[in-house]
Amino acid sequence: MRILGLYNYWVFIFLMMVGFYILISRRNLVKKILGLNIFQTSVFIFYISMGKIVGGTPPILLEGQEEVLYSNPLPHVLILTAIVVGVATTAVGLAIVVRIKEAYGSIEGDEITAMDNETPF
Amino acid sequence: MTEHLPVLQVVVPLLAAPVAALIRWKRGAWLLTLLTTWAVLAMAIGLLREVLDHGTVSYALGGWSAPFGIEYRVDLVSAYVLLVVAAIGAVVTPYARASVEREVDPGRVPLFYSAFLLCLTGLLGITVTGDVFNLFVFLEISSLAAYGLIAMGPDRRALHAAYKYLIMGSIGATFIVIGIGMMYVMTGSLNMVDLAERLPEISSRTESVAFAFLTVGISLKLALFPLHLWLPDAYTYAPSTATIFLASTATKVAVYMLVRFFFTIFGLTFSFETMTLHWVLTPLAILGVLSASLTAIYQQNIKRLLAYSSVAQIGYMILGISLATLTGLTAGLLHLFNHALMKAVLFMAMGAVMHQVGAVRIEAMRGLGRKMPWTMAAFVAGGLSIIGVPLTVGFISKWYLVLGAVEQGMWLVAFLVLLGSLLALVYIWKVVETAYFKEYIGDLSIREAPLSLLVPMWVLVLANVYFGVDASLTAGVANRAAEILLGLAP
Repeated sequence: MRILGLYNYWVFIFLMMVGFYILISRRNLVKKILGLNIFQTSVFIFYISMGKIVGGTPPILLEGQEEVLYSNPLPHVLILTAIVVGVATTAVGLAIVVRIKEAYGSIEGDEITAMDNETPF
Repeated sequence: MTEHLPVLQVVVPLLAAPVAALIRWKRGAWLLTLLTTWAVLAMAIGLLREVLDHGTVSYALGGWSAPFGIEYRVDLVSAYVLLVVAAIGAVVTPYARASVEREVDPGRVPLFYSAFLLCLTGLLGITVTGDVFNLFVFLEISSLAAYGLIAMGPDRRALHAAYKYLIMGSIGATFIVIGIGMMYVMTGSLNMVDLAERLPEISSRTESVAFAFLTVGISLKLALFPLHLWLPDAYTYAPSTATIFLASTATKVAVYMLVRFFFTIFGLTFSFETMTLHWVLTPLAILGVLSASLTAIYQQNIKRLLAYSSVAQIGYMILGISLATLTGLTAGLLHLFNHALMKAVLFMAMGAVMHQVGAVRIEAMRGLGRKMPWTMAAFVAGGLSIIGVPLTVGFISKWYLVLGAVEQGMWLVAFLVLLGSLLALVYIWKVVETAYFKEYIGDLSIREAPLSLLVPMWVLVLANVYFGVDASLTAGVANRAAEILLGLAP
C-alpha cells in the first residue's frame, strides 16, 4: 500500500526516465527539446507533490478558522520560477534549432554532424 | 551605500543588460558594458576588503531576514571568486570592442553585449547568494545567456555547439533542482547556513540521493571528465570574446558551487567520509588531466587545443579539492584564480590571431612569431604558465598541488600531476615551434593586432608574472578561504 500511496512519485520517476530516454536516443533536434521538456516537467510534479498534504487547503487565512490544515505553498511558488526557466530554455533551444535549419537545411543531428566533419576549421 | 554592495553587485549588470539591448548602437552598448564591468570590479574589490577587514557580510534581500527571506552572504570564498569573475569581466570588455566587431554579425552586436552582461549577472549572483534555489535561478540566467553568446559565433558550427551545450547544460541544471528539492523536503529550508545546521541531524537515504544528483549536475556544468563533451565545441566555435570570458569564469563558478555544496552545506564529514567522494573525484580528475592533455596534443585547431587544455586544468582544480586537506583545497582554489589568468591570455592571443588572420588552425600560425611578435609572445607567456614554469602563476598552483598530494603520501598522484605538465609542454611547444621556427608563407599585409587587443592581453600577462613572483596575496586569501571551508576558521 505504501508503494501505491506514493504513486505521484512513481509518475515523477517514470516521466523523468521517458524524457531522459528521448534525450539520449533521438537524433532529431526538435524531438530532443521535447524530451528535455518532459524531463523538466517531471521535476515540476516532484516539487508540487512534496508540498501537498492529504486534505490540505490553499494557505489562505480565514476569519474564525485559525486551525486549518494547509499545503505548503513554497514548493509551488518555487516551481513557478522553474517553469519560467523551462519555458526560457525551450525558447532559446527552439530559436537555435530555427537558425540551424537556416544554416544547414536540416534538423537531423546525424546529418548535421556529418556536415560539420566535412569542413575542417 | 557599502551595506548594499552584495545586491548592487547583481542588480547593476542585470539592469544594464536590457538597456544595452535597447540602445541598438554598437559603440553605445559597448561603452555601457565597459562602465558596468568596471563598476562591478570596483564593488568586488570593495566587498573583498570589507570581508578581509570585518568578516562575512550578510544582506537580507528586501529586509526579510534569513532563513525566511533570501540572504546574500559574502564570505571570503565568495569574495575571492567574485573578484576573479569581476576582474576577468573588466579586462575582457576593452578587448571585446574590436574582436566582437570582427566576428559577430553587425546587427547582433548590442545583443551580444546584452547577453554578456546577463551572463556576468548570473555568475556574480551564484557567488554572492546564500540561498540554494536562488543559486539555481542565477545558474540558469548565466547558462541561457552563455548559449546565446556561443550561438553568435562566426561559423555555423557555433549553432550546433550551442545546441549541444544547451541540452547538456539543461540536464545538469535539472539534476541540481532535483537535488535542491530533496534537500528542501528533508529540512524545510533553502538557506545554505540553515541547511548546514539541519542536514547533519538527518540520516536518510534521501540525503545521499540529493548529494548524488547535485554532484552529477554540477559536474556536468563544470565539465568534469567524462562529462566534458559539450566544452570543446562550445569554446572552439564561440566568438573569441565569449570564449575568453566563459573559459575563465563559467567553469570556475561551477567549481565554486561544487565547493559550496560539498564543504559548506553537506560538510566535510558527510561528503568525504560517509559518501567517500574522493574515490570518485580523484580518479576522474587524474583521468581528465591525462586524457584531455593527450587529446589536446592532436588538435589542429588551436582554440580547440586550448579547450581540451581547459578540461585538463579543471582536472587539477578538482584533484586539489578532492584531497580535502588544507593544502589540497588551497591548491584547488588557487588554481581557480591562476587558471583564469592564464587561459584568458591564451584565448586572447588566439582572438587577436583570429582578428588579424581570420583563422586559428595550426597552419595559420606558421612564422606568425615574426608578423605578430607581441601576440605570440603573450601566447608563449600564457603557455609557460600552463606548463607551470617557475615565476608564473602556473608554478604556484602546481607547487601547492604536488605538496598537497605528497603530504597525503600520494606519490603516484604527484607524479601524474607532473606528467600532466609534461603533456602541456608538448601541446604548447607544437604552437610555439610553428610560430617561431617555420617560414612565414601567408599574406604579407598581415600586421600586429591593434592596441585595444594587445593592452588587455599584456595586462593579464603581467598579472601572470606578478602573482607568480609574489603569491602572498592570492595564496594568502586562498589559504584563508580553504580554512573557512574546512571549518578551521570562522
